[in-house]
Amino acid sequence: MRKHRILSLQAFLLLLFLAACSGTDSQAGDSLPPGGTIENKGSDTIVNLALAWAESYQTIHPEVRLAVTGGGSGTGIASLINGTVDIANASRQIKEEERQDALDNGTEPVEFVIARDAIAVIINPENPVDQLTLQQISDIYSGKLTNWQEVGGEDRPIVKLSRETNSGTHVYFLEEVVRLGDKENHTLFSRDTLLLPSSEGIGAEIRQNPNAIGYDGLGYVTDDMKVIAIARSPGEPYILPSAESVNSGQYPVARDLYMYTNGTPEGMVADYLEWILTPEAQEIVTELGFVPILR
Amino acid sequence: MSRSKTNQQAVNEFFINLLIKIAGYSAILFVGMIFLFLLLESAPALGEVQLGALFSDRWYPIEDYFGVLPLIGGSLLITIGATLIAVPFGIGTAVFLSEIAPRWLREILKPLVEVLGGLPSVVLGFLGILVFSPYLRVLFNLPTGLSALTGAILLGGIAIPTVVSVAEDALDAVPRSYRDASLAMGATEWQTIWRVTLPAARSGVLTAVMLGIGRAIGETMTVMMVTGNAPIIPRGLRDLLSPVRTMTATIAAEMGEVANGSTHYHVLFMIGILLFLISLVVNVTASAVVFRQKRRQDRILS
Repeated sequence: MRKHRILSLQAFLLLLFLAACSGTDSQAGDSLPPGGTIENKGSDTIVNLALAWAESYQTIHPEVRLAVTGGGSGTGIASLINGTVDIANASRQIKEEERQDALDNGTEPVEFVIARDAIAVIINPENPVDQLTLQQISDIYSGKLTNWQEVGGEDRPIVKLSRETNSGTHVYFLEEVVRLGDKENHTLFSRDTLLLPSSEGIGAEIRQNPNAIGYDGLGYVTDDMKVIAIARSPGEPYILPSAESVNSGQYPVARDLYMYTNGTPEGMVADYLEWILTPEAQEIVTELGFVPILR
Repeated sequence: MSRSKTNQQAVNEFFINLLIKIAGYSAILFVGMIFLFLLLESAPALGEVQLGALFSDRWYPIEDYFGVLPLIGGSLLITIGATLIAVPFGIGTAVFLSEIAPRWLREILKPLVEVLGGLPSVVLGFLGILVFSPYLRVLFNLPTGLSALTGAILLGGIAIPTVVSVAEDALDAVPRSYRDASLAMGATEWQTIWRVTLPAARSGVLTAVMLGIGRAIGETMTVMMVTGNAPIIPRGLRDLLSPVRTMTATIAAEMGEVANGSTHYHVLFMIGILLFLISLVVNVTASAVVFRQKRRQDRILS
């Protein structure tokens, strides 16, 4: 039985090898690098996008195997520093400490902007509130506003939902919304903010709880949640997140998404990153609810 | 021939004895090494964070707030809540299985309880998010159903099979003659259970409770999914209705992200030590009580 399994494993490996060879043969003219595995890990925001890219890329380049995992931006960058992945996905820029850690380890992270993302502020569809200013959202999350009545809603307590502190989305939201982008502002999330370990956790609570307010990448918003239109300041128009409003810079809560490599990438990693910026790959970005980079 | 055989047997005996000894001592060695490892990894935290800051009331590690009190409070509250649920239900079920249920029902129920004990905690967590928490929110008119109560109920459910299984074995071990004697004296079935069988099995039942508590305090996945993870210090049992953050969930949620060797990393190990010490205290208390009971029993019987 055991021997049988080893044999079939060998057969499988042989098949893989043959497939890889034929892949290179048919496109020998393009002088493609030999096949291999690209380890790709990091932000949970990007993981679906990275998976879709990997699937699509593997149909064009069957000799390259892409292993995509999530875990959070910090996890991805930590793995890159430890040298266990080839590409780290991050929904925030690399921190100064992390860059220093990498340099101490003898590697230099190189940054690529691969797509843009709008953070949608979401509530239960039963909640009549449609629009908020950035200041109001900041006051809600810092605990100054505690009842929906205070922002034009019903008499209900506000339950604040956030991603865990290891999420790039959490850090971005803290800096750009709770602290309104002000470096001197040291406001924190109010203590009673629920820190949920996944986007699914936030989605599940938003769907069933009319008291809840949450935030997440636009790609994770489904039809059974209500997206809030946000104004930069009280006099300005309230804008809903969309590809157009993000690209034009009107929607105030949008960010770049990154991939990091150890040093300037070479070979198949470089080819892959180049492919990601082609219109074909950026179309997948749009399909998944993110905002493509327009070159 | 026979001489060499005895020699062979003696050698076998020696090696088997040695192996068993190694196996026995290795458990002690592993616990010791784990404790040492935790101690070494957490010690720098004491130098980097002042004791006052460590025992303050704010946990927000990415801005260097390392107050562990909310986490300890959260773990204790949920464990107490789970114990309040698991002990009556667990012992009740054990009594029913061992003393009251007819044989055929017992044959069905006991495996079912064991299946409940084998449920992966992440599955219970899903159940909690999708069924329990919305239901509890409406039932108690709470702001959110992701609360300590939801966690305590699910943890109670996780601890019940442990309590049932151990307590039932203890009740089973009480000699038939005790019950017969009690019934012969004219005691009712309930009086026999309450006054004779349960006290006779007291040490085993106590072990069951302690194992249940140990199971509840160390559980991670379910509590991380259903308790909301807000680091607020609970002020009493009524805070069961609001969200809490436990030590286990904090370690699980943050360990993957933390930079190796940073203050945050050391503090997470410090929380690990606290958890280790708490479960050690629970276990030592349990065995101390059981030991005293045994001695008393020996005295009475002798």
